[in-house]
Amino acid sequence: MDLSYTPEQEAFRKEARAWLEANVPKERLPSFDTREGFDAHCAWEKKLHAGGFAMVPWPVEYGGRGADLLEWLIFEEEYYRAGAPGRVNQNGIFLLGPTIMEVGTPEQKARFLPKMASSEEVWAQGWSEPNAGSDMANIQATAIRDGDDYVLNGQKTWASRGAFAHWLFGMFRSDPESTRHRGLTFILVPLDTPGITVRPIEKLNHKKAFAEIFFDDARVPVRYQLGEEGKGWDVAMATAGFERGLMLRSPARFQDTARRLVDLYRKTVASGQPVAPGLRDTVARCWMDAEAYALNTYQTVSRLLAGGKIGAESSLNKIFWSELDVRMHETALKLLGHRAELLPGAPAAGDVGEWLDGYIFALAGPIYAGTNEIQRNIIAERILGMPRK
Amino acid sequence: MEFMFSEDQRLLQETVRDFLAGECPVEFVRGQWETETGRSPEFWSKLAEIGIPGLLVPEEYGGLGMSEIDAVLVFVEVGRAALAEPVVPTAAVAAPLIRESGNTALAERWLPPIAAGEALVAVAQPTSPLVPEAHVADLLILRAEDGLHAVPRDAVRLTAQPSNDPSQRLFTVDWKPRNEDRIASGAQADRLELAALDRGALACAAQQIGTCERLIAMSVDYTSQRRQFGVPIGSFQAVKHHLANLKVALEYARSHVERAAHSVAHDVPCRSVDVSMAKISAGEAALQAAEVSLQVHGALGYTWEQDLHVWMRRAWTLDLAWGETAWHRARLAGALFDEERPAESFGFTPRVG
Ligand SMILES: Cc1cc2nc3c(=O)[nH]c(=O)nc-3n(C[C@H](O)[C@H](O)[C@H](O)COP(=O)(O)OP(=O)(O)OC[C@H]3O[C@@H](n4cnc5c(N)ncnc54)[C@H](O)[C@@H]3O)c2cc1C
Repeated sequence: MDLSYTPEQEAFRKEARAWLEANVPKERLPSFDTREGFDAHCAWEKKLHAGGFAMVPWPVEYGGRGADLLEWLIFEEEYYRAGAPGRVNQNGIFLLGPTIMEVGTPEQKARFLPKMASSEEVWAQGWSEPNAGSDMANIQATAIRDGDDYVLNGQKTWASRGAFAHWLFGMFRSDPESTRHRGLTFILVPLDTPGITVRPIEKLNHKKAFAEIFFDDARVPVRYQLGEEGKGWDVAMATAGFERGLMLRSPARFQDTARRLVDLYRKTVASGQPVAPGLRDTVARCWMDAEAYALNTYQTVSRLLAGGKIGAESSLNKIFWSELDVRMHETALKLLGHRAELLPGAPAAGDVGEWLDGYIFALAGPIYAGTNEIQRNIIAERILGMPRK
Repeated sequence: MEFMFSEDQRLLQETVRDFLAGECPVEFVRGQWETETGRSPEFWSKLAEIGIPGLLVPEEYGGLGMSEIDAVLVFVEVGRAALAEPVVPTAAVAAPLIRESGNTALAERWLPPIAAGEALVAVAQPTSPLVPEAHVADLLILRAEDGLHAVPRDAVRLTAQPSNDPSQRLFTVDWKPRNEDRIASGAQADRLELAALDRGALACAAQQIGTCERLIAMSVDYTSQRRQFGVPIGSFQAVKHHLANLKVALEYARSHVERAAHSVAHDVPCRSVDVSMAKISAGEAALQAAEVSLQVHGALGYTWEQDLHVWMRRAWTLDLAWGETAWHRARLAGALFDEERPAESFGFTPRVG
């Protein structure tokens, strides 16, 4: 056990810190759930890419810098420390990218990864359907082979940033006779394909960023199929592992929130405002849990670097970070007292409006990427080995 | 950066696990409840044969010369087996305290017999007047105004304080500090006492991890077999989610405990905060496991005869030892909010200068 960094890692941290300090926008960008904010975030991604920091763990040929997962954690720590913008292409770079790297053909890697790294192409995730939420195997949208094309029909929904994204990855039923997990194919779909209608849906934050997506005889070439025909479920499960596990929510994000929460608590107490007595302990607890998540992630990364795998335990992570995130924001709102209800722009909100935004955002964590109830089922059945029926 | 144990460390853990599975089954633990002292010199000799009392004793004194990073896995197994012999005071706390006291005569007198399994030491905890296993100790390490003292048992008077856990024997100690017993004073006594507290708390936290694992395993087994409404009760989602919650709490507590072992072994600046987080999270995981396990066992778990409460009581006992959860919570919050240093100076992620 060695918990120190090598001189190379320290040097990388310094380099990332210096670049971010010089380049992170001084003003917070508008929300990437708006057209304006989406474009601003894409511009930021281009800058990040030009600086060589868009996707540090990816191979150089795909626009990364060939770093290992430890350097990725270091980069994330610096990224959040610098208060850099959210990653508008997170579905692409954190979920689809690693999957393409694992199962994509050389042509697919060359075609998709570089433009993903630069966010020239931003991706939406098209898994959910009106009748396939937690029960994802109930997917009904179809992809029927016709020569060198798939013809897509049906509907996807709840696609994050689907209102603005350029591409969608999703699962479609390619074998109309099939049921459940079999007969599904993982397909990459350009959203400007004729026959596709994207209809934005307003989210809880009042912004039109979700989308439902309708397919009406939309033709997509077979070369956009990822993995084998009919094996989409297995490909998707690889993505789900990344999503719940490592990439989507790095610990730095929560450590940063925890540090801001500790500062908020100190400031609130110093201001003389009354603070409910239990909050002192709750804040300490949040800080401690953010630490636990970081420690646990470093352990996972150490194991992966030693040749290990990440399996069903990613369900433990997903529950832990999503519930921690809710608790931290909830606690911040309690500390804010009457200011808790003010939107970021309200003059009396000062610099505290972000907590409300963060709270609304955090509330979705226990729902997306597989609800926490589903994760608990997975833990009980696949990790603890409890009886299914 | 490599946050994992070596193969040798895992091997040591497995060896201890197998040893305790054979030598310390629950029948043995319960058998000890009925004996006069509650302790078994024969068993302690066997523990000494595999080196446990001398884990942290330097090799030149006959010990294994290991660090807390090695020892933490051993203590997980101690918890899994509900082993209540005085391994914490003797092996985890007293041995390194004597080593660090800088008192060569004391080390030469006590470390070899500790490692050989021929001497037991009881240590007063700064957080409680109750001293466990003082009745079988050859030496007691006690705190007085003027410093730390190492006192032979015949120089103190013990009063038994019956407790909720038949696996332990608790005592209050009447004694008079004598100059010839004093092993440290002033700042050095404070430093040794704080290190003792952190080591004791770490060893308890590791046992709480083992206790929690054992309670989960018992509950999974039981709920997979017990049938109601024609199906195993473990197939009910309410039961599953109870146990899934324990698993989440366990795994994140484990990360804190393993890091705290590293922090103690390397005496890092945040050592005490790290230990408190380990003790809080492991303690709560074990307490939660005790309650949930009882719930899913139904009335059967509520009997004296069923073995479940052996581990439930260990969870309760360990929570109070070397600083109860509330004490460690207060210490953590004090460090985070009352000290001048910024929150940035704590935490896992190191800062570049
Ligand atoms: C902010 C946000 C972003 C999202 N982004 C995307 C995206 O980009 N792409 C995409 O494809 N999807 C996305 N989703 C959708 C998300 O994946 C689904 O909401 C999720 O899988 C749950 O499906 P559902 O909403 O249909 O709820 P349901 O499946 O109807 O579940 C409703 C409730 O019932 C519970 N429940 C259901 N089945 C069980 C069971 N077997 N055991 C116990 N409880 C059960 C659930 O846990 C939940 O509490 C997003 C959702 C949100 C909130």
